[in-house]
Order: sequence, then structure tokens, then C-alpha cells
Amino acid sequence: MRYIRPLSIEDAVGELAKAVGPAAILAGGSDLLVRMKGGFIEPELIVDIKAIGGLADIAETADGFRIGAAVPCAVLGENKALRKAWPGVVEAANLIGSKQVQGRCTITGNLCNASPAADSVPALVAAAAQAVVAGPSGKRTIAVEAVPTGPGRTSLAKGEMIEAILLDKRPEHAGDAYLRFIPRTEMDIAVVSAGVNLTLDEKGAIKTARVALGAAAPTVLLVEEAGQVLIGSKLDEETLERLAKICAGACRPIDDKRGTIEFRRKVAGVLAQRAATTAYKRAGGK
Amino acid sequence: MNFDPRYSGRNFSSVGTRPVRPDGVDKVTGRARYGADFNMAGQLVGRILRSPHAHAVIKSIDTSKAEKLAGVKAVITAKDLPDLTDGDAAMYDILDNCMARKKALYDGHAVAAVAAIDARTARQALKLIEVDYEVLPHVTDVDEAAQHHAPLINDQVYTEGLEEKPAKPSNVTKRTQFGHGDVHKGFAEADFIVERSFKTEQTHQGYIEPHACVASVNPDGTAELWVCTQGHFVYRQHCAQLLGLEASKLRVTSSEIGGGFGGKTHVWAEPVALALSRKAGRPVKLVMTRDEVFRASGPTSATSIDVKIGARKDGTITAAEATLRYSCGPYAGSWAEIGAMTAFACYKLENVKTVGYEVLVNRPKTAAYRAPSAPMAAFAVESAVDELAKELGMDAVDFRIKNAAQEGTRSSYGPIYGPIGIGPTLEAVKSHPHMKAPLKANQGRGMACGFWFNFGGQTCTDLNIGMDGTVSLAVGTVDVGGSRASLSLVAAEELGIDYSNVKAIVADTSSLGYNDMTDGSRGTFSSSMATISAARNAIKILKDRAAQMWDIPVEDVTWEKGHAIAKGEKYGNLSPLSLKDIAAKSGTTGGPIAGHSELVADGAGVSFATHICDVEVDPETGSTRVIRYTVVQDAGKAVHPTYVEGQYQGGAAQGIGWALNEEYIYGKDGRLQNAGFLDYRIPVCSDLPMIDTQILEIPNPNHPYGVRGVGETSIVPPLAAIANAVSNAVGVRMTHIPMSPPRILAALEAEREG
Repeated sequence: MRYIRPLSIEDAVGELAKAVGPAAILAGGSDLLVRMKGGFIEPELIVDIKAIGGLADIAETADGFRIGAAVPCAVLGENKALRKAWPGVVEAANLIGSKQVQGRCTITGNLCNASPAADSVPALVAAAAQAVVAGPSGKRTIAVEAVPTGPGRTSLAKGEMIEAILLDKRPEHAGDAYLRFIPRTEMDIAVVSAGVNLTLDEKGAIKTARVALGAAAPTVLLVEEAGQVLIGSKLDEETLERLAKICAGACRPIDDKRGTIEFRRKVAGVLAQRAATTAYKRAGGK
Repeated sequence: MNFDPRYSGRNFSSVGTRPVRPDGVDKVTGRARYGADFNMAGQLVGRILRSPHAHAVIKSIDTSKAEKLAGVKAVITAKDLPDLTDGDAAMYDILDNCMARKKALYDGHAVAAVAAIDARTARQALKLIEVDYEVLPHVTDVDEAAQHHAPLINDQVYTEGLEEKPAKPSNVTKRTQFGHGDVHKGFAEADFIVERSFKTEQTHQGYIEPHACVASVNPDGTAELWVCTQGHFVYRQHCAQLLGLEASKLRVTSSEIGGGFGGKTHVWAEPVALALSRKAGRPVKLVMTRDEVFRASGPTSATSIDVKIGARKDGTITAAEATLRYSCGPYAGSWAEIGAMTAFACYKLENVKTVGYEVLVNRPKTAAYRAPSAPMAAFAVESAVDELAKELGMDAVDFRIKNAAQEGTRSSYGPIYGPIGIGPTLEAVKSHPHMKAPLKANQGRGMACGFWFNFGGQTCTDLNIGMDGTVSLAVGTVDVGGSRASLSLVAAEELGIDYSNVKAIVADTSSLGYNDMTDGSRGTFSSSMATISAARNAIKILKDRAAQMWDIPVEDVTWEKGHAIAKGEKYGNLSPLSLKDIAAKSGTTGGPIAGHSELVADGAGVSFATHICDVEVDPETGSTRVIRYTVVQDAGKAVHPTYVEGQYQGGAAQGIGWALNEEYIYGKDGRLQNAGFLDYRIPVCSDLPMIDTQILEIPNPNHPYGVRGVGETSIVPPLAAIANAVSNAVGVRMTHIPMSPPRILAALEAEREG
């Protein structure tokens, strides 16, 4: 096994591209090290990206926020501007694992681990976040929901890595929220989850809406129909009922050790309602 | 030297205080040495290959490729652990469980093991071992396994305890029955009858420290074992017998223990580590991973229980009956039998009958888990008792008080009770402020009672007085909950000296006589009895030495508050001699001063508890939070009240986990799906409320200080107390443990749909 700590994206990408055996990227390591210790993977090459310039920073740009791939989730929680603009994304990132894990883990890692139950991903999808992908043939920017393609699988090609996650600048009257269901209070993994992102018009009616569900299908689901049903409403009871129904219907969950199909369908709807209600309040709706 | 163990009603000066435990600083600074913290020069890493199949014939094992891998020093299979059990069926089961001989009987069953120079080499070697399996049909569910058409786990098993030997083998190894009176007559007299069936899933003790040991076998036939265990003397017996070693030549040292709760009363990896060391000629360290702990140590039974209880309008129970089916894993056990004994032990019953069935399944061998078998029986019985009280229109506590067992009651499992604490715990609960606190929407309150026998057993201690007047106490019961502190308090009390002058250790198997293990809540009960006896023996010598120093007859010397006193007016000018004074002169008055004791601690007083629990259930998700919890339990005498409270809280915490989320989940393929703490959900700190405790002290007449065991009873009531609370919160009777959110939500949906 070879461990390297490149100082530039180009070097990292170059090493990844020419790697012969299995290669892994190390940022926080909260997934990678556990999988290595469990004997699930034995990478030949480990590329530690924490020393690459800019990857450990959150930058506020004219368009919004650029969150480097090596920024620990705990640092997201310490960034006042980000917390104010995207409270749902930050609360999702700060639900992962334990306090100790949050000091290491990253939202890019959470995305690339490609678990349908990843906490930060539904919030990022609802937020219409984008991923900056660097590879041997240059850089491209894609929607975050285009990254995971199935449990443990991504659309990234050999030699490619995500260098940052982009979040838009917030207009007035905007709010997002994320909720997950776990049987415990913390240190657990989502049985099902929902992220909702809303903007309101002057009168408090919903102007745009995105709803995403986690642990409800092989990948995080963007439920467009659920977003559409919210648009124009002030989140009255009937709208919330329809929202729950659409979310329950959109799920393609499985029966497993963490929950049943029926449970996930029902609770996906409940969480979408509750997250929508919180997002609406955060956007200033009454 | 006759030892009088009877309760004396004395006053205490050390017992009942709360000093810091002697092992505390080491534990909080990380210096304490647990199973994996011991190392020997030249030590190898041991790892075990485990069956991926729930049930399979092992046709052949080819270890040749693994043996050739550089760095591999030994590879063993069942052939390296020949059968030396000489017809002892229970020992044969232990041997077969340590290393499968003909069939793999569960997912995780050991089939081979390697010792190598490092972990990576050992892991690689495991991959090179080729096992040819013939996969057989399996069964993991207790009810399915008891059916006639179920796959047979052992075709030599014919149900014992039936009137006639059955014609066909089955997975039911034994039927047992307890009770008295005539239940048919009793039910005919009842105005109300509740009849229900309950299920509980299999849980694990969840100790934080995995099994770990270092084994070293020498060519001269001597051997050493450093191990995390609840009973090093028992481990020595088992390992010596399985490996053909002489017990006196196998020295077993117990490490600090990061939890056991009954799960470290059985050998698993230790005989394998010794066999590896014997073959490799080097010490071998073997540490289980968490995955291995879940798949291949000893969880508790899964159960299926039918209960029927009848009562008259006035609230008198006229008859009580239960049928209990408990899973044993693939080897015979007596788990349902214990459940059948404890089920109705809290009550005074004229007509009672319980029947237990032991059921083999393709799961790991069931081991003890804190008051083993009692929590599930209490869940079923106390749920039915609660429901019956509702039908009668009686308060749940009053109904129980009316039917509670008392001194002189014939227990449902046979013996007549002495002074017991069930009535007092119920009265304490009735007047506890918790019972009157208001509840909000979606909240519910439940209460339940629990019983545990408590054990005594073989015990040996040495008490040595140093020339500086300090005392070292060597005990043979592993300290699982602060017993070194408690036993030091007892030694200080009996000798009349300060706690700070006593230092207790757990001695190894070559330094002390045989001790049964720390189970059955016996550690403090038994070893305190032996410590009192050893201290009294030391006092005899101390008095003798004082008499020599004074040159007076020993009959004229008494022992009071740590001093020898010369009795009578004629010695008026002799000032008392302290223990320290006498110890300082011991070199010239006859040599070292010590007290020794070996005894069988009889008369462990039975123990009762009553718990109160408030929960809040989210009706939309089925999520349950325990918001308030109170434990009331009889301790006989709380030697160190803080550690008694710790036992009360610990049992309740484990019970909360069991009641709400913990369960073994098997796939259709017979493989365990959740062999890790992520998906086997024990409670985290924030899941638990502060668990309030109330200690009652109803002295045990068979112990000089009145001590009863306290460690286990606290896990008996929680399943029922929480089930009653949840049932009261949601208005639906919950009959399946754990009451995980999907189960609660499904029950609510079923109720809504009528």
C-alpha cells in the first residue's frame, strides 16, 4: 500500500489516473478507514487530499459558497454566513456520526461514499448544489445528484475527483431544512430522510421548491413532483397531505435491518412535511 | 474454625459509605489493563476462520496453502483439539462450539484458526484455507424450529421431560414444568381472564470490550493465560479439560473487564488460542472483532411465550399459567427452565403452572445475560398482569400489592420465601412522587416487577496484614462492578480499621483456592462473606499476638474498633494495642499475620425490584423516548451505595435498549445482518434519562451484614415496564420486543384500520 499527500489537484489527479490497483481518496477517512479496518477494501494507493491548496477552505464568492473537498463538517457548522444562508445543509452535515466524526468527515466524502442514507446528500440535492469535478481532461461542474449512481457507486471516471461543492447565493425569503429518522438520538444512520429547500414570493407563497429523500431508493431521490405541489401554496394542511402522499409514492425503498418498506414510505412523507414546515418558517413564511 | 454467617444486626462505620474505588484512577487515565493490553515477547497474532453458513456439513478443510504462507506459524482445525471430554455432553458442546467438528451450526461458527507474525499475514492465511461445505437447510426462528417439519439441527436430540420418549428426534431438547395447585379449577373461579402471546428477539449483552486473551503453552506442560473473563478459575477448568492440561499447571490471570453481564462466563476463543500456542510454540494473542463478538459469542435467547392469568372481581388472582419457548442456539440449554421458574415468582398464587421448552436454532450458543431468561418471562407476565388490572378496573400497583408474595409464601418455583422485598418495593413505588407526576399528550406511564434468585457458591479469600498495619485482600471473584471497593469496606469494617488501609486485588488461579465465577449476583455477596470469615480468622491471630505481647491469657483479650483490649480491672493499666502495633511486632511474635477463608456461600437472598417508566411516543413515526425512569430495589444491605445505584441504573439502561431497539436480525440466508454497533442499536447516552434509584434494605438473614446480590434484578422489570408505558401511551397493547419504531407504527396503523 502506498500513501501520498500531493500539494496540487493536478498531482492528485495524475496519481489517481495512473494508479494500477484500487485507489482511494483520503480526506476525513471516516468511511475509508472503517472499511479498511473491516477488511472490506485493501487499496494499493491512498491519496490524502488535505494538503492541496484551497481544499480545506470555505470561500464566499459572488455566486455563493465554494466548499473545499477536505473541509470537515464541523467547520461548516462554525461558518456563520453559511449557517445563515443554508441552515438545512449545515444541520445535515452536523448530524453525521458523532462529534468526533464530524471533526473529520466531509460532505464531499459523504457524497462520494454514495450511500443512499448519506445525511448531507438530500440536503445538498434539495439545495441544488453542484460539484466541481477535476480529472485528467480538465474540470467540469455537475449537479450533486448526478454523482451517486447506486449504493457505493459514482459517475466519476478513473482519475476524477471532486474538488469542491458549490452552493448558490441566497435570495431573500429562502429557507432549507433537513430531517432524518433514526431510532436513537444520535450516532446512527438514517432509516429515511428528507431535505426541503424553498423560496417565497413577497406575499409569502412558495415560489420555488425542491424536495429530496434519502434512504428511500438506491440513490438519493429528487422528487420533482413534490416540489411542484408546494409551489404557489402557503403550506396549508391540504398541500402538506399531498406532499406526504407524493413522497410516500415516490419512494422505492427496501425491507432491511433498518426498516420496512411500509415504515419508510410513511415516515418519508412525515419527514417531508416537517422539513417543509421548518424550511417555510426559515424563509419567513407564516 | 466455625463461621457463623447469620445476620447480626450490627451497626456499621465503613459499610454504607461511598469511597472512591481502588481501580478508578487507572480506568479513567487509561492505565488499566484489559484483555488486549497484555503482551508477551515473541507473541503471534491469532485469527479464526468462521462459517458463512447457518448450517452446513464440513466435508473437508485444506489448510496446506495457508501453512505455506510466509509468516504463518500454526494452523489448526478441530483435529488439533481432540475430544477429551469423556462423555461429558456439556463439555463436548463447549468444545464443538470452540471449533466445529462435523457441522457448522451457525453463521460465525469457528472452523479453523491461524497464528501468524502479524494481523495482515493472519488475515491472508485465513483466505487461503479451503473449506468444502455441504450446505443444509437451516432454521433461526424459535417457533419455526419447534415445528415438526423444521430442519433438524441435531438428529440425536429426543425431547427430554416428556412422559414417554418421543419416536422422532426434534429441535426441542427438554420440557420442564413448575407450579402447584390446579389451574383448571383456578380459571373456573376467575371472573376475568387475560390470555396473550408474546415474542422477544435475541439480544446481546453488548459489553464494550471484545473477548481477548494471550495464551502461552510451554513444552514442559505448563501454560499461562491472560484473559478478560468473569471467572478465571472456571476458564482454567474448561481450558485444562479441553486441552488435556493439568489444572495446576495452567495459570490463568483475569484482566480488567470492560463488561461481561454473563457473556464472559463461557470459553470461546481461549482454548483456540492455547491450541495455537501449543502448536506454534510461541505465545498467541487472540482478540475478537466486534463482528465476531456478535456472530460467535453468546447472546441471550429469543422467546415466544403464552400467558393466561385469571382473577376474581375483588382482585385476587385465582390461576396463572405460562408456556415458554426459549432458543438455545445449536446446543442444549436450560434457558426456558429458568424462565419458567421466574415467571410468576413475584406473586402469591394458589394455582400456578409454567412449562418451558428448550429449542435449538441455527444461531450462536445462548449464554447468560444478566438475570438470564427472567426479563422475557417478566415482560409477558407483567404485561398480562397490567392488562388484567385494567379489565378489573384496579390500579396496576394496588392489584400487584394485593397479590404480592410475602414471607412464608410458597413460590411458584417451589421454595417457601423468607423475608422478601416485593411488597416493600411496591409500597415504595405507590408513594413515589414519580407516580403522581403529570403526563402530557402522547406520553404514557408503566410499571412492572421483577425477581431474581441470586446465587452464592464456592469462594476463597486471603487477607494478609503487612508489618506497617495495612491489609491486602486477595479475592477470586472478578470485579465487574466495584467489588474491590465493597470488599475493602467489608474488611475495614470487620477489622475496625480505615478503608484507606485496605487494598483488594483479584488473585490469579495459582495464588488462591478455587472460586466460582462472578455470576448470579454472587461477587459481593459471596466474597464479602469469605472476607468477613477471613478477617475474623485474622482477628483470632491478632488477639493471640496481643496476648503474647502483654503476656496475659488470650481469653482475656477482646477485639474492638481495630484494637486488642485487655479485659477486666486487673489489666487497667494496659493501653489497647492497635492492629498496627500488633503488626509491627509480628516478626517476633510468630511471623506474618493472615486470615484465610474457604466456604460455600449459601443462602443468597432472593431479590425483587419494581420499576416505573414514562415514555413519549411520536404517533407519526413510532419513535419512543424514555423521559423518566425510577428503579426501586431491595439490596439487603448496600455495602457501597454508589455502586449499588450503578447496578440499578445499568440494568435499567440495558433493559431500555432491549425493550426499544436491540435485536439480532437474520436474513433468509441464515446470516446475521447487523453484527455491529451501528445497526445493533444499544442506547447512547442521549437516549437515556437520568435513571433515579431508591435502595431498600431488607436484610438477608443468611449473611452477617444482611447483603443480597444486586447486579441482575435491575434488568428484569424494564421490558415490561416500558411495554406497559408504551401501551398506555398509544392505547395498543405491545406484545413484541423490541418495540422498534416500525413495530409501533405498524401496530398503530393496524389499530387505525380496525
